[in-house]
Amino acid sequence: MAEKPRLKIPKEVKKGEVIEIKTLLPHVMESGQRKDKDGKTIPRKIINKFVCEFNGKPVFTADLDPAIAANPYIQFHAKVDESGTFKFTWTDDDGTITTAEEKITVS
Amino acid sequence: MRQLSRRDALALGASGAALTITGWSTSASAAAKEAAEQIAKFTGGKTAEKGKVTIELPEIAENGNTVPLSVSVDAPMTADNYVSEILLVAEGNPNPGVATFHLSPLAGKAEASTRIRLATTQNIIAVAKTSKGEFFTNQKLVKVTIGGCGG
Repeated sequence: MAEKPRLKIPKEVKKGEVIEIKTLLPHVMESGQRKDKDGKTIPRKIINKFVCEFNGKPVFTADLDPAIAANPYIQFHAKVDESGTFKFTWTDDDGTITTAEEKITVS
Repeated sequence: MRQLSRRDALALGASGAALTITGWSTSASAAAKEAAEQIAKFTGGKTAEKGKVTIELPEIAENGNTVPLSVSVDAPMTADNYVSEILLVAEGNPNPGVATFHLSPLAGKAEASTRIRLATTQNIIAVAKTSKGEFFTNQKLVKVTIGGCGG
């Protein structure tokens, strides 16, 4: 499940600008509602938490339920006052953590 | 033994159908009740004021497996007054929870989008909480052609 997340985020912004950030992590988001061919419930396995931080400060966090579609797509905004690094963290039910970082420059 | 008249047979059929319908509505309202409980837990029992929250969803979702959803709150995002949380619940899913977003003033704008699963035609409810402890809510009905749970 070490799939690479996809991010869409500007590289350069003006000070104080509010930017749009798009994120997607390839993941089945198994809801725990589906049954396999033998009628047994397929156990739940989802990304239950997404965190975005900027220079170590929280920006946006999402607690996700099985009602989030496969390949969880999350779009949100951030106000950028200084150059720095965005850090993104996805947490799987099984404890696997996927992270990504993206640098941004204030011009 | 008396033979069933045509009228009796019809009456039996009708009461059977009525039972089925009642059965249905109880399960639907059970999900709605669970959704209401989740909202009450979120607001701490306070009543959320209707408005300020906008939910964008297609009117008809052909595929309940992935339905685009946007939620925005018409409220300031300053350091001392901002939208801190947004709860999303689906009244007609096996589990009403969809997601909870936590925002900081750094988010700049009280708006987020994702893609959700919907089992059936139902109401989606969003409740926003501000850093001052105010609650705002709104809901939107979405018609689902093919459900996105189980299968």
